[in-house]
Amino acid sequence: MIINEVVELSRLQFALTALYHFLFVPLTLGLSFLLAIMESVYIMSSKLIYKDMTKFWGKLFGINFAMGITTGITLEFQFGTNWAYYSHYVGDVFGPLLAIEGMMAFFLESTFVGLFFFGWERLSKVQHLVVTWLLALGTSLSALWILIANGWMQYPVGAEFNYDTMRMELTSIADLFFNPIAQVKFVHTVAAGYVTGSMFVLGISAFYLLKNRDVAFARRSFRIASGFGLASVLSVIVLGDESGYTLGEVQKAKLATIEAEWETEESPASFTLFGFPNEETMTTDYAIKIPWVMGLIATRSIDEKVGGIKSILENNRERIKSGMIAYAYLQKLRQDNQDSKAKSAFEAHKDDLGYGLLLKRYTDKVVDATPAQIEEATRHSIPKVAPIFWTFRGMVLCGFMMLFIFAASFYYNTKRTAHKQRWLLRLAFYGIPLPWIASELGWVVAEYGRQPWTIAGILPTHLSVSSVDVGQLYLSLAGFFVFYTVLLVIELFLMIKYVRMGPSSLHTGRYHFEQDEVNHV
Amino acid sequence: MFDFETLRIIWWAILIFLVCGFAVMDGFDLGIGMLLPFLGKTDDERRVMLNTIGPTWEGNQTWLVTLGGISFGAWSLVYATFFSGLYTGMLVLLFGLFLRPVGFDYRSKLANPRWRSAWDWALFVGGAVPSVVLSLAAGNLIMGLPFQIDSDLRSTYSGSFWDLFQPFALLCVLVGVSLMCLHGAVFLHWRTEAALAERARRVILWSSLVFTVSFIAAGVWVAIGLDGYRITSAIDTITIANLSSKTVSKENGLWLANYSTYPWLRLSPLLATIGAGLVIFLSSRRYTGWAFLMSGLVVICVIVTAAGSMFPFIMPSSTSPTSSLTVWDSSASHYTLQFLFFATVLMMPIVMAYTAWVYRVLRGKVTVEDIQKNRNVLY
Repeated sequence: MIINEVVELSRLQFALTALYHFLFVPLTLGLSFLLAIMESVYIMSSKLIYKDMTKFWGKLFGINFAMGITTGITLEFQFGTNWAYYSHYVGDVFGPLLAIEGMMAFFLESTFVGLFFFGWERLSKVQHLVVTWLLALGTSLSALWILIANGWMQYPVGAEFNYDTMRMELTSIADLFFNPIAQVKFVHTVAAGYVTGSMFVLGISAFYLLKNRDVAFARRSFRIASGFGLASVLSVIVLGDESGYTLGEVQKAKLATIEAEWETEESPASFTLFGFPNEETMTTDYAIKIPWVMGLIATRSIDEKVGGIKSILENNRERIKSGMIAYAYLQKLRQDNQDSKAKSAFEAHKDDLGYGLLLKRYTDKVVDATPAQIEEATRHSIPKVAPIFWTFRGMVLCGFMMLFIFAASFYYNTKRTAHKQRWLLRLAFYGIPLPWIASELGWVVAEYGRQPWTIAGILPTHLSVSSVDVGQLYLSLAGFFVFYTVLLVIELFLMIKYVRMGPSSLHTGRYHFEQDEVNHV
Repeated sequence: MFDFETLRIIWWAILIFLVCGFAVMDGFDLGIGMLLPFLGKTDDERRVMLNTIGPTWEGNQTWLVTLGGISFGAWSLVYATFFSGLYTGMLVLLFGLFLRPVGFDYRSKLANPRWRSAWDWALFVGGAVPSVVLSLAAGNLIMGLPFQIDSDLRSTYSGSFWDLFQPFALLCVLVGVSLMCLHGAVFLHWRTEAALAERARRVILWSSLVFTVSFIAAGVWVAIGLDGYRITSAIDTITIANLSSKTVSKENGLWLANYSTYPWLRLSPLLATIGAGLVIFLSSRRYTGWAFLMSGLVVICVIVTAAGSMFPFIMPSSTSPTSSLTVWDSSASHYTLQFLFFATVLMMPIVMAYTAWVYRVLRGKVTVEDIQKNRNVLY
């Protein structure tokens, strides 16, 4: 029997390390593209200031990139160390995606990042520009493969269970690659990264403008960031990944919890803007609803229904019962794989095997589950409503706040007065944390919203863990806690130091603090 | 295109290729990390050392990441059993690796000598810990690890972290660490000059000696004092064999059996034994680039020797030999191996080509003058 504490600690460790990694990834994604844009402008205009911009924002990029690399390996290791049964059970499908990510994307970014920093003297202008673009391409490609892998966890297509090897096996690469959920997730997440990079450059440039130093440098940075940021934030919002939530039952359950929609409504469903979801009574207290909106967002139509939580639970109960039958025949097939009667009976219930496995948390044998245990498993077959309801709203709120900031910056840029709007500059500066808050909340919606599954409908989280003991987990958690805290302090210290120095840190003699020195002399 | 049997042998070879790729490409980075506080007497010298590998070490470490991804995809059960079994060891390795990206990037961003010296030691740990843990793991792999796999294909490991420190495995650590130091020193000898290069040359001498003696000792130990494994039942090479259907014998000296079956395999330990001597010869004649190629070849030979002795075993189990993971019962499905094969054959040559281009762009020695000229740019 799997120890519950091992499951909970493994989840905690994965969530903490993934959220921590996700502090650095979005900035890498966005900033690498902004660097490529700035350097392109430099090549086209031959104005030295754009080269300085590429180098200065590149310095900040480097400080952040090192942390992204440091924390990224953790995640790849952790599938094996903490989620060994997961690794065995879906490695045939999930593993190759990480392998391709390494070969196609990670090599690209980590090989060219060195040349980006040290190749200025050794490469021609155009060669260096190509290197920068390859670096940016590498970061986004890396996100593509990771999100195809993640999309498969949310909506597992192109694979089938094999009872001889006791695992999922890949049946169609095309289905895996062109998983609609993966496409939506990729666009949403990468665009969110671009927003993060833009907000970072926008906010810091606003800081220089408020301090009235390096104005030419800051205005140009501000302009590029506001244009790129506006385009990106619009794609994040318009192409938000709710559109993928109608595919697959686990995604539908996620949607219902986001909305705290207990009953199936007549279409098009209304959107609950605000309220307090109540798990006990299965109602949302003080709900403020906007008619039609939800149906439109989720189904992009006015006649498709969005299923409510109660009916989803009803359906899950039936699938758990059918899954028990599948599990019983699986045991027979594991004894004798030639048993044709068991084979056909198993085939009939095979799609519900994962639901049967949900019972493993309550009884090791599955087939002897009592009605009370089935009820318990059903109740826990969807995530808790309140955390998702709130995190989703928090994320969306951050998104709209950034939309306002970018739109206003863009507007005043076209009037060439953005640098005089002190209220806007202040807003941009204090808005720097927004994309991080949104990204972290978005991760919670997507991944906590997938519970109780690691692979939706196929493999319960509870079963996915390694057979490690609690002591090892406390030790590793403590290790991560110490290392990550110290590293974060150091990273922020360096980041703030270099932000304060600004482009003077390039020691070109052209910027604020060096001018000062000259004046003092 | 390939039948399942051939494909699995190819995939075993790709796995070994990636281990070699990591050890050759990142091995000298790890070695230089270990040598950093000792060979670099001044701040400028240390910066010279760091900047010989500064722009390229990240790409080199990606071999390890890709090795992880490939073993996850092509040998899932091996990946799952190895990483979860060696849980604490893998985390220690990970914590060691943490220090490298930040060490390289942050060290020279502030001029404070205490800050820099702290990062130098962090980079030392970042070089030493992975070298030690990986060699230790390799030694234990050769001895067999205490794990068991049940009928649901869930693995349970019964040893602790401290159990890894077996005498034979410690000898393997000596082999691994001296080899990484040798490889790093040869690279430094090639890419630096003056006093630093001279100090690197001295490291080449002693590390070659330690490596050769410990490698021979490990070979003798394997021949006369260590249990090897052999599958004694019929092997089903057509499908993914049921793990528990095989029988395995565990006896002294069985790890040498492959050398009688495939006599050409003897070339590998032979070259590893004399190779370090050739490295000394080449570097004393100032063929420093060739010496580096030679030390790379020694690294490859050591890995091929270990893996070739164990074939078809990938992860033998000491407590439940029938749970041992072999080429025939722990691979991915035929379909996945096939498609991943094409992906690998398509992409790895491209990776190697642009890596070679980057090295070409960055060729030449790094000198103290370079550092002084580019104080604010270089690591």
